[in-house]
Amino acid sequence: MIQFENVNKWYGAYQALADINEAVPKGEVLVVCGPSGSGKSTLIRTINRLEPIQGGRILLEGHDIHARSQNLNALRSHIGFVFQQFNLFPHLSALENCTLAPLQLRGLSKKAAQEQAMALLDRVGLAHKANAHPTELSGGQQQRVAIARALAMQPPLMMFDEPTSALDPEMVGEVLQVMKDLARDGMTMVVVTHEMGFARDVADRVLFLDAGRVLERGTPEAFFNRPEHPRAQQFLADIRSPFASA
Amino acid sequence: MSYPDMVDTYWVYFLIGRYPQGPLGGLVLTLVLATLGLLLALPVGLVLGMGRVSPWRAIRWPVTALVFVVRGTPLLMVIFWAYFFLPSLTGIKTDRFVTMLLALVVFDAAYLAEIVRAGIQGLPKGQAEAARSLGLGYFRTLRLVQLPQALRHMLPSLVNQFVSTIKETSLGYIIGLTEVSFIATQINTLVFTLPTEIYLTLGLTYFLLCFGLSRCAYALERRLSVREHYHHHSHTPA
Repeated sequence: MIQFENVNKWYGAYQALADINEAVPKGEVLVVCGPSGSGKSTLIRTINRLEPIQGGRILLEGHDIHARSQNLNALRSHIGFVFQQFNLFPHLSALENCTLAPLQLRGLSKKAAQEQAMALLDRVGLAHKANAHPTELSGGQQQRVAIARALAMQPPLMMFDEPTSALDPEMVGEVLQVMKDLARDGMTMVVVTHEMGFARDVADRVLFLDAGRVLERGTPEAFFNRPEHPRAQQFLADIRSPFASA
Repeated sequence: MSYPDMVDTYWVYFLIGRYPQGPLGGLVLTLVLATLGLLLALPVGLVLGMGRVSPWRAIRWPVTALVFVVRGTPLLMVIFWAYFFLPSLTGIKTDRFVTMLLALVVFDAAYLAEIVRAGIQGLPKGQAEAARSLGLGYFRTLRLVQLPQALRHMLPSLVNQFVSTIKETSLGYIIGLTEVSFIATQINTLVFTLPTEIYLTLGLTYFLLCFGLSRCAYALERRLSVREHYHHHSHTPA
């Protein structure tokens, strides 16, 4: 579904992504992990062209995402994107957050858009908060609304950029649960996360990035139990006991 | 003539000029001019402000140049241009009110453009990113996501701009527009013995109007910042 071909990206002289060659087949849940600054957020943001690339190609079902001729808006509407900071629209209610894009872009009637939005909010367990504004919601609730908002465009794949990193610990579970349900329903997902429990339970494959390079790829089982690269071993040791290695 | 006699004789003249026998003038004209000036400058300032943050240089550069030229020019100069230069250019001689209104709209629009620019650029980057990620285009993102939020943040600045505009209308005096300063001078010429009292009254009138509005802007700012604080708080991890 997504194909990376020799993708390279620089910030000035700094190489943020180096020779990425990867394929995400339909229905796969791919977890991307790595130390901070490793390029994992950059990687996921190149998929919907929030970040430009300087070399290589990224194909979405055969379409070159970074081609000049590509209809960017149409392409982006096919990729759901969930941000670390939620980025809900604060001047709109939860329901309106979920109806805005479908009304504008999918030509739905107001009634149809609202029905769909209600169904999605119900799916993330927040139908009762439909009329609440983002400021009236907890972080976990905001992120669940943000997932519903992305789903409202009915994208065939979803990107998650550290979706639980800005949350209080007690709210992480509710968001991960929504993501697990999505994965179980067969959604193609690319997830940048530090939640290793989630990776273990849900991921089909794990990528480990460091300094813009993919150093390790494999099943969660192989990655967590038999990491080959020393950087990956170090990373896993660090997140298991953050105070031990210092 | 004593001060109370003067007030008794001229207060209607001070408020509305020769209206309804002659043209509307005085304080009411000042307020009409300021209100119309700001209302008309608002859409112009909005367009210029959008031009200032445009990703296309062909739009951004000329708009930026225009805004900087106007902001680097005294209002008096803009009024002279509108009064002398514009009619010779267009061949249409506008009346004093329209001339002054034009000058105010051009001048205020340049200032509003900067308020709009700051309002848009002050929003978290994630707002535009979220909208674009849903597939909304540049203009839809601006219209549906960025401007509604920016306008809310801009509200106190807009009230302050209105205060400035009220004070700016006094320069209409220079082209003989019968706004409140002009009327006060007329009264002074007629009464002759009370210049201090008359100009103190004029000053107090401007002050009360502008002070009142400034307080409104301040109250608005505080109300918005309280909400804003709540908003950011709920976004921040504990």
